[in-house]
Amino acid sequence: MSNYFSPFVLPFLFGVIALIVICLIKYIRWYKQFDRLQKTILLKNIFSLRFLSAIWETVMEALFHRKIFKRNFLLGYMHASIALGWFLLIVVGAIESELALETDKPFWIGIFYRYFIHDPQAFPNAHFFAHLMDFILLIVLSGVILAYVKSVFSRFFGMKKTSKHVVFDRFAKFSLWLIFPLRLISESFTAALYNNGGFLTQGLGDLINYSVADILEIPAWTLYSFALGTFFVAMPFSRYMHIFTEVILIFLRKWGLSENENVSGFTMYELSACSRCGICIDNCPLYKDLKLQGVQSIYFLRDLRYKRPKEEIADNCLMCMRCMAECPVGLDLMTIRRQLRNKKELDTNDNYKYIDNLQSFNSIGRVIYFAGCMSHLTPGIIDAMLTIFDKVDQKYWFMDKDKTICCGRPLMQQGFTIQASELRRKNTQLIKQSGANMLITSCPICYQSFKKEYNLPIQVMHHTEYIHMLIKSGKLKVRKDDLKVVYHDPCELGRACGIYQQPRQILKTISTLLKTKNEKENSLCCGYNLGNTVIEPEQQGEIRNAALGSLIAKNPDVIATACPMCKKAFKRATNCNVKDIAELVKENMIL
Amino acid sequence: MSNFGFNISNTRVISMDECNMGNVERLHLEVPSFKRCISCGACSATCSAHQFTDFNIRKLHNLYRRGQYAGLQEELKACMLCGKCTLVCPRGVNLRSMIINMRKILYEANKR
Repeated sequence: MSNYFSPFVLPFLFGVIALIVICLIKYIRWYKQFDRLQKTILLKNIFSLRFLSAIWETVMEALFHRKIFKRNFLLGYMHASIALGWFLLIVVGAIESELALETDKPFWIGIFYRYFIHDPQAFPNAHFFAHLMDFILLIVLSGVILAYVKSVFSRFFGMKKTSKHVVFDRFAKFSLWLIFPLRLISESFTAALYNNGGFLTQGLGDLINYSVADILEIPAWTLYSFALGTFFVAMPFSRYMHIFTEVILIFLRKWGLSENENVSGFTMYELSACSRCGICIDNCPLYKDLKLQGVQSIYFLRDLRYKRPKEEIADNCLMCMRCMAECPVGLDLMTIRRQLRNKKELDTNDNYKYIDNLQSFNSIGRVIYFAGCMSHLTPGIIDAMLTIFDKVDQKYWFMDKDKTICCGRPLMQQGFTIQASELRRKNTQLIKQSGANMLITSCPICYQSFKKEYNLPIQVMHHTEYIHMLIKSGKLKVRKDDLKVVYHDPCELGRACGIYQQPRQILKTISTLLKTKNEKENSLCCGYNLGNTVIEPEQQGEIRNAALGSLIAKNPDVIATACPMCKKAFKRATNCNVKDIAELVKENMIL
Repeated sequence: MSNFGFNISNTRVISMDECNMGNVERLHLEVPSFKRCISCGACSATCSAHQFTDFNIRKLHNLYRRGQYAGLQEELKACMLCGKCTLVCPRGVNLRSMIINMRKILYEANKR
């Protein structure tokens, strides 16, 4: 070992040991914070073949950064060149030292290979490896240069607003930015002395005077080692903790773990897997339209990770899920936000005794129609649905005709989980007792609740799915009129439940559907989402106007939507006709 | 006469000296739009909980504004937070936020 040791290795060595110890301590602590169910699921799946797909996803996301490439090529290249490049530098460096030395090789030899091995022909094809390592270094350097450029001109990378960072982040970032240029310089000095570089380092080395190189070689390698050491020590406390944590998170998810109602060890993994890239900022309606800063998911997770969560920030979110659609790590941002909204003492039992007496209705052979609270403010939707039921001779039970029980989702979103479950319990009881075989709802909020939170034994459909099924099976005959229509994807139906196709196909059947700028995953929230209780109605209006602006850009005859809330929001701000899909279908039914 | 579930209150005298208006001020800070209410009652008319009980937001709002908090904490629990009231309010009062914050403030006040 003594042949391959120099004092400048020490900072690196110290950094690596500190990194490993701190990471292990953190990971073991978070594992202990898993609840019993999470541990059971983990132990059950850990030896299954799911790790294969986890490895695939790790390569595609953690190394190639596929999702970021899809968003913006330059941004993707920047991330992929540094991540994949550095990974390859380590792997190829290890192979190189494996080939060059048979015994007596400390693990840092790959990192400082050129300093310790001067013979350019240490093994057959050593030249090839020297060029290959230089090529990889060149790619990493191009990524680092892009990172410098991005910090000044983030617009070229498809980002208007970049994130503000904490001290540890800056520390880690600047040392990261220094590592690779310092490696280039050190290797060039060594190449000037011993002619053992590849095309890049040798090219630079040939320009350097021998005596200068002789003096500066050790200082350069020392600085390189210090940069590495600093980065490794700062890493577990900075956003760069995501490098390892994201990989672990991918495996945990593949093994079947997910967020639950309370902050758990899994949440801790998710918090540290956030790279604070800031991609969630630009499209957050609260930033885009209201210029509110500090409330976006990135800052929310950051505050939570450093144990200073602010209640008003947890509350200030529309829950439109736009950031989740953008997040390259795929974090469950909405659930984490809900966990922090936990209302603890306020969230009491037995608040809704008044619903106990509600009776079910014998609905064997019928479907249940659950309009939802909001639909009662848009009677047109209810009327259209009832007409459609009559038209296709479908018998139904209008479950919330007179006395409306909320589905519980608005309560759950605000962190009243016990109260929400009380409403869910009663609704479930009513639905089960009725004996109906299907539940159709007009409100995407209820739809998501019934679909994901209820665990009902019967099929749950949103009315767009139901109408689509009727038209497709030929039960409902419609004509096509010459109206030009744009479709607004409600957050709770689109991003939350993935229903994009059915509404569009219905609209294509009955009208001319125009494309809009922000469609499907990229649709804009109407601002009236029940998720947010902090912003005032005027601010909701501004968000709504932005969404409306993108919808009416092509002068449609009708703005179609599938959510009573969105309909209500748009209706009061435009002269353009705003209609629910059910209403449009009703108008175009062939009698 | 149809039964709306609420009626015009009996005449009474409120001694403002005995009311603690601190909670009202706090609510103003948390929910600025609270002040805009003109007591039109649209919220109560549309309320889902009101279909079952005599839960009446307008009444609760007025009681709170006058510093009469007795029993409010219990009554506010009937709200299902469905948000219809907020949507129909002609004055743009953020009612859901108002109800949550009333509950929060009253809980903390009673704890002390």
